[in-house]
Amino acid sequence: MQLSKVFFLKKIISSAPIILLFISVLNEFDFNYLNFKYFSFNFPYILIFYWSLKGGEKLGYGLVFLAGLINDVVVGLPIGISSILYLLICGFASYLRNITLRPSLVKEWFFFLFTISVVTTIFYIINSIFFLVKVDYYYLLFNVIFTFIFYYMFSIIFSYYSKFIGKEND
Amino acid sequence: METNRDDFIIAIRSAFLKKGNRQRFSLTTLIVISIIILIFEKYNFKAINLLKTSLKEIVYRSTFIVSVPENLIKNAYKLSLEHINLYDEYKKLTLEYKKLKAEKLNIEFIKSENKILKSKIEDIKDQNYEILAKVIIDKQSPFLKSIIVNRGSKDKIELGMAVLDGDFLVGKVVEVNYLTSRILLLSDLNSKIPVSIEPDGKQSILSGTGGKHGKLQYLLNDNLSIKDEDEVFTSGSGNIFNAGIPVGKVKIKDNFPEIVFHSDFSQLRLVKIVTFEIRE
Repeated sequence: MQLSKVFFLKKIISSAPIILLFISVLNEFDFNYLNFKYFSFNFPYILIFYWSLKGGEKLGYGLVFLAGLINDVVVGLPIGISSILYLLICGFASYLRNITLRPSLVKEWFFFLFTISVVTTIFYIINSIFFLVKVDYYYLLFNVIFTFIFYYMFSIIFSYYSKFIGKEND
Repeated sequence: METNRDDFIIAIRSAFLKKGNRQRFSLTTLIVISIIILIFEKYNFKAINLLKTSLKEIVYRSTFIVSVPENLIKNAYKLSLEHINLYDEYKKLTLEYKKLKAEKLNIEFIKSENKILKSKIEDIKDQNYEILAKVIIDKQSPFLKSIIVNRGSKDKIELGMAVLDGDFLVGKVVEVNYLTSRILLLSDLNSKIPVSIEPDGKQSILSGTGGKHGKLQYLLNDNLSIKDEDEVFTSGSGNIFNAGIPVGKVKIKDNFPEIVFHSDFSQLRLVKIVTFEIRE
């Protein structure tokens, strides 16, 4: 009984990235209530990029796809947009993992900026050209900037978590 | 050079086409499925609509539950802010109360006079259906300003119905599910409603900005004659909403009129969904 409890707890801790992804798409925690003008960041982008890059196959593509569908429903976007964007982020991160011999946080950070810029451009094009939904460029721009800035902080937190999980598994 | 290009292609192929050992699908397969769903969504395929509706019912309820801890933090933050600003708020409200008390005496008389005049041109509308709805999700994304309420087609909610916070207009219904509906707030970039600016009765279109205020469109050179503190009401043009629903106040900023909404869209808890019909 005790053993199964420990196993269950370990399973939850090791699945934390995917649980966090689902909580973040269901909850959209963006600190909007602080009422800072233009302040918003996209936590799922950070989470997906980091764990696709570092976590190997911890983040299943099928679950990322489902998280995208849920995000579209919560935010009210045409269904499928976020799935495409999340999967593209997975692809970019996976590409970076394939070509990297010596990982460097700064290089990853700037590649993340490139990735979210491409993804946000696709988001804008799909919304404004295909679905005729108006999107404010400034909000998008600041969203990209804040997401980029927060990546550094979250990647440090996530790396501590990875180390903790590594120790737990040992 | 040739080797570099080969490496690039191999890395791309490996990232997008190769299926990992623990992955059930390749990235490309899922991206293609997403694109197909998007195309179906664009052309309103029945199967996708069914999937969407059922997904929405489940997701909206789950979001409501998952949001509980964040809402607790949010409410605690707002409560502490309110406590800090209590004295200033009290002074402001006392002044406003005195002003309103004086204005109220005139309003009843004007109202009955207005009713008589409107009945002469057969433009008198009655609120024939009103239902109270609870806001279950108010995740106002930076891109789309909307809320989800716990009333749907089961409660006779229809597309385009007006949504009020007290007596103030906050938006309209843009999506109806069986148990829930989505309200597009006036602050959304895609929201456009015909308004009348009083006391001069200028007609305009109020558009959202994605921020906390709205802007007036199609005013031509009339900007100059609009003054600070002018009241904005729905004009009733196009039969979208009833005329005379209070929306906000004009605030002149850099010689340009901004509309400050009467209702604080981040504080919506209960809203009224209403429909109007012309009195026989």
